[in-house]
Amino acid sequence: MTLGHDTRRLLAGPTLDGDPERYPAHIARLGALRAGAADRDIIGSLEASGLLGRGGAGFPVGRKWRALADRGGKSSAVVVANGAEGEPASHKDRILMAHRPHLVIDGAILAAEAIGADEIVFYVGREHEAALSAMKSAIAERKADLGRRAKLVQAPLGYVAGEATAVVNAINTGKGKPTTVPPRVSERGVGKKPTLVQNVESLAYAALIARYGDAWYRTAGRLGSKGTALVTVSGAVKDAGVWEIELGTPVGEVAEEAGATVARTRAVLLGGYFGTWANASDAWALPMDPATMKSAGLAFGCGLLWLLPTASCGVWATAQIMEYLADASAAQCGPCLFGLRAIADANTRLAAGRPTAGDLALIERLIPQTVGRGACHHPDGAVQLMASALHVFGEDFAHHARTGVCLVTSTPTGVR
Amino acid sequence: MDRRPKELKPTGLKLRIDWILCDGYSLCSPEAPDVIDLDEWGYPIIRPGPIAECELKDAKRAVGACPMSALSLVPLDFDKRS
Repeated sequence: MTLGHDTRRLLAGPTLDGDPERYPAHIARLGALRAGAADRDIIGSLEASGLLGRGGAGFPVGRKWRALADRGGKSSAVVVANGAEGEPASHKDRILMAHRPHLVIDGAILAAEAIGADEIVFYVGREHEAALSAMKSAIAERKADLGRRAKLVQAPLGYVAGEATAVVNAINTGKGKPTTVPPRVSERGVGKKPTLVQNVESLAYAALIARYGDAWYRTAGRLGSKGTALVTVSGAVKDAGVWEIELGTPVGEVAEEAGATVARTRAVLLGGYFGTWANASDAWALPMDPATMKSAGLAFGCGLLWLLPTASCGVWATAQIMEYLADASAAQCGPCLFGLRAIADANTRLAAGRPTAGDLALIERLIPQTVGRGACHHPDGAVQLMASALHVFGEDFAHHARTGVCLVTSTPTGVR
Repeated sequence: MDRRPKELKPTGLKLRIDWILCDGYSLCSPEAPDVIDLDEWGYPIIRPGPIAECELKDAKRAVGACPMSALSLVPLDFDKRS
């Protein structure tokens, strides 16, 4: 799908209702990667492009590659193409892998050459069936390029299985649970080798920047932003799906293109379950861009735009998410295991019309207490979402707590 | 120049918990109550920032008290993630 004029790059080419793009079609459309990465200084181009990682954390891609390329010693390294899209409402990684697998493979090959890696792991969520089968066939088509250095690993189910240390742990041991840092995966990762874990969308953009350059990448973008990104639009919209937008495109424009209106939208969830709620009226003009959103206290994250309709209760919607995130804890760290469970329970009691005294105060106290107290950032992301819910749905939470009745639905449960 | 008395000067060390190892035995806090609090499940809450010279002895005792070896004294930038 396109917005205004056609800005599709990763999603240019055949429509997304068909089969994965095969290798002959891929090179007919884009040309083969030149042999050897020396033709273009790919790390320099990535740095100049401003491309930020699209797994959620938004770390600059060029700087990440540079740090690994500059590592001391002569140890070989590993590239992991991270295609474990555990975020339930996001679909952009699985759509990309299912339809443009060769862009992901191109990017992984470039990364391996740039950082001196002799092993590439394509790590794909086992529940992403179309993506798995497309990647499997595409890897087979690329035997000449990949040789024996590539393998496909199915990621275990679970929200945290895509976190970098969990990715490495899953590849090494089969357990998709985070590990304690240090060691960082860039120092000791897959097979104890320095490892670059990079989201598949980031790799696919690297494949295009290698062909066309950083200046080309920056020709797209609006309101001062540069570049393009995949976003998932879902929730209260007619045409839910994955879109490729120019960075800087206002939230409302993306939402309206998918069939939503600000009048019928109560709030938007931005960036994923680790992201933030925002009032629809506040967010409608907000440019979708990592830097702008960050300065507004919001998150671009994995590019999720999820819409809550005016007829729905934010307390209830948040309870659903907090229940999911509490259950998604790897159950390794006490403050995450017990803290998120206590927050989710209190939120659910509030949403379900059976609040106990102090539920709201408990949530408010546990939010700051939980931050930073886990091996990974799962608890931090979860309480950030909770904090934004109290901010955006403050009146709703207070009304649920005081009366046991929902402001929106006028029933005790927040559900009609 | 740092003109604080020696015992208040920061040591450049902090207490760090390996959260995967920590099982909430709660034995650390009584050894260093000024630096370590406990949450309602018995897991430690470390006061942010470096340990001062005068707190070092307590902090070391707390480290030694942990049956899981989950607590350690480390340089301030020890667990920077990237």
